[in-house]
Amino acid sequence: MRPSGALVGVAPFFVYTTVFLLIPTIVVVVGAFADGSGRPTLDNVAALGGANSSFLPALQHSVVLSLVTALAGAVIGAVLAYAVSTARPDGLLKRFITSLCGVLAQFGGVALAFAFMATFSIQGFLTVWLNSLGLDTGSSIWLYQWDKGLMLVYLYFQIPLMLIVFLPAVEGIKPQWREATETLGGTTWTYWTKVAGPILLPSFIGATLLLFTNAFSAYATAAALISQASPIVPLQIAGTFTSEVILGQENVGKAMALAMVVVVALVMWVYAALDKRASRWLVR
Amino acid sequence: MTATPSPAASRGTEVRLTDLTRVYAGNVRALDGFTLHIAPGEFVALLGPSGCGKTTALRLLAGLEDADGGTIEVGGRDVTNVPTSKRDMGMVFQAYSLFPHMTARQNVEFGLQLRKQDKATRHGRAADMLDLVGLSKQADRYAHQMSGGQQQRVALARALAIEPQVLLLDEPLSALDAKVRSQLRDEIRRIQLEVGTTTLFVTHDQEEALAVADRVGVMNAGRLEQLASPAQLYKNPATPFVADFVGLTNRLHCRVAGGVAQVLGGAVPLLAGSAGDGLAIVLVRPEGVTIAPVGSGGSGGAGGAAATVVSASFLGASGKIVARLESSEGVGDLVSVQVDNTDVTAYAPGQRVLLAPRGDAALAVSAT
Amino acid sequence: MSTRHTERRKRAALRWTVIGLTLVFFLIPLYGMLEFTTRDLINGGRTGKFWTTLVDVPQVTERYPALAEGFASSMALALFTVVVMLLLLVPTMTWVRLRLPGLTRTVEFICLLPLTVPAIVLVVGLTPVYAWVTYLLGEGTVWLGLAYVILVLPYAYRSLDAGLRAIDVKTLSEAARSLGASWLRVMWQIVLPNLRTAVLSASFLSVALVLGEFTIANLFSRKNLQVAMFELGKSDGQLSVAVGLASLVFAFVVLFAMSFVGRKEKS
Repeated sequence: MRPSGALVGVAPFFVYTTVFLLIPTIVVVVGAFADGSGRPTLDNVAALGGANSSFLPALQHSVVLSLVTALAGAVIGAVLAYAVSTARPDGLLKRFITSLCGVLAQFGGVALAFAFMATFSIQGFLTVWLNSLGLDTGSSIWLYQWDKGLMLVYLYFQIPLMLIVFLPAVEGIKPQWREATETLGGTTWTYWTKVAGPILLPSFIGATLLLFTNAFSAYATAAALISQASPIVPLQIAGTFTSEVILGQENVGKAMALAMVVVVALVMWVYAALDKRASRWLVR
Repeated sequence: MTATPSPAASRGTEVRLTDLTRVYAGNVRALDGFTLHIAPGEFVALLGPSGCGKTTALRLLAGLEDADGGTIEVGGRDVTNVPTSKRDMGMVFQAYSLFPHMTARQNVEFGLQLRKQDKATRHGRAADMLDLVGLSKQADRYAHQMSGGQQQRVALARALAIEPQVLLLDEPLSALDAKVRSQLRDEIRRIQLEVGTTTLFVTHDQEEALAVADRVGVMNAGRLEQLASPAQLYKNPATPFVADFVGLTNRLHCRVAGGVAQVLGGAVPLLAGSAGDGLAIVLVRPEGVTIAPVGSGGSGGAGGAAATVVSASFLGASGKIVARLESSEGVGDLVSVQVDNTDVTAYAPGQRVLLAPRGDAALAVSAT
Repeated sequence: MSTRHTERRKRAALRWTVIGLTLVFFLIPLYGMLEFTTRDLINGGRTGKFWTTLVDVPQVTERYPALAEGFASSMALALFTVVVMLLLLVPTMTWVRLRLPGLTRTVEFICLLPLTVPAIVLVVGLTPVYAWVTYLLGEGTVWLGLAYVILVLPYAYRSLDAGLRAIDVKTLSEAARSLGASWLRVMWQIVLPNLRTAVLSASFLSVALVLGEFTIANLFSRKNLQVAMFELGKSDGQLSVAVGLASLVFAFVVLFAMSFVGRKEKS
């Protein structure tokens, strides 16, 4: 068979991904710069930055929310991954925790929001319990605010995601490295600062950036928890689906989507740059 | 050279492991009253099957595991409770011990850096060490850019760079392929002789142990069975275990009388520690048996046990004939015979031959 | 006895503290769900009625048709997505390995791309595409699966890639070809059986992702399990929380069981 004949074998894959991945991306990019009748315009993008636009604050909220939960999730998740890696490799504890984290990280969505409402809302069991102890928890409004409740809920899937992404890196650490360090005269401190730390750093940063894009893209949990306002970008984009379209701004949703893609692409670019630096010694 | 290794005698440190015991979970006694004395500058190999405790002994000496009993002395100092980082041991691991984020040079310099040596000294020493192991040109490579053999050389350079009191080699060759293995084996010996560092080498490969060590200790079930020079070990095994583990042996039924075993129609003088008079099994090496075609009148004249050739293999420097005894003298009735490589072609499967003992001293054990 | 022992004990203590604390953090909200769904708001005390309702299929179908519909849709979507994903990926990835190694990076790049395109962005871009899908294929919820395939692409790709790495497809297929097998037979009788574990884990991951999907379904106003649960939350809080907890537990059981399947094959 000639190579051109062999190409026929991969044609379905490329056609499929073109229709359901490439075209949607093009639609977003092109649509962001087109008006309702397809003529090129900058109005959509301009509308995002307008004085009474709620987009810029939402973008800021989204970035802060993602940054904080990525950093906190990465640090806590990394410590958890280390703790789990010291457990017996095939033990039940490890299987239990990795499975639980798999569920929370990738499956949660709406159910996570429900879980937090069942726990922290005004009739939630923790609130009721604390009140019965005489502790006044105040109103439960905080639960529905982006910088309090939403942040807490996001940690609930960020920490597990960190565990899943980072555990293989921690498990790639060879016991010989610690032993070699010791025989060469190093202490536990030298081991962590000079050997294990630098070896894990690229994976840690990579995982943190992944957590950032994960939080930045998340929609379901926020949609289920916050029904009154649209404090973050995904909710704003969803809003353009349901609210009435203002004439001339049919494509504002696409401009917002483009802004999201730009942020994510920026993060990925940073990741690629770091990865290139580390790949001098990383084995793939 | 800026850091010329001092003469062997002054470099070597004496090591005394006394009555060491190490018990793992489930009451497994990895070491059970293990005692070993290594002279200054000596190269000792610990040999034994997996699980015999040889690696545990080495790790206890390195301080990577704690002893449950017994003492460890290095250079006259009791280091039993001294942490690894203060013991001054240079260790080479089985594999994967190079720090992956450092170049070969940085790996070698690491121990010196921890000893707060200045940059110039470190560079000089690292260059010397890499030169010693023949890797000057690869100094700026990362672990994944080097072959397994090269990685182990760097690990050796790194261990020696800190001028350790003792060099510990934990099966450093077992992950390499055959050719590299024997090359690096000889090189380790050359370097050890050059720097004169007291060395403990752990291996499960008897050929390796016999080739490099001044003395070889054969271990079994947490104890030292015999500690002797390679030649002694081979010719005068103290126990059946040693005889079996070191080199190939044929196990043959025999009758012992007055320190001599009657076997294959001939007589074999017995080593000290052999079984007393009566029925026994004698352990005869392949080179301790002679072979001749039936009717040739060779092989010491009349004597010999009739056998049929099963296979004849050419092994390069020598040859091996395997024959099946017609009587029931053999345990499992196949006997291996070592012959000159030129003689291999004289035998073919199915051919009838006569086997006889050459008369080298051997060990006999009671038949039960 | 000495430093090493105390250090080990310290490490074990650290391990249990960290694991214990995070487990408490993870389990409190889940316990909150359980507690909330067993409350009897009318008479006070505890009740299991929401859970008995949930397992009573005829009653759910009758009283909560949306929930039953969402559940059925999600099941159909899971099946549809897995089948399309496997049909699309397994032959392509095998073919690339065998005949077009130059395309490996391209295919990998495309498959991992959805990680960087948020689902919500995909929805925005998919609107015109789905206008066509609806025009050509109809309104059925199951066609959402076409977009779900894109969502599961990165995860499925990684599982299958690991599986293909573990076997030498090239030698295997050359051996089969030299014995006179057709390409179809190579795929069906040689490659697939050897990829069993990888196909299984790619499928499980896809099922879990599809059952948890909310964004695309909600914004295209299609009713899957998550959307039905979300809608139910507005009218019947306790039952919807029970559905949520049940779905989490179900996903956990699937993943937990999977952790045993994968290991066994490897050793």
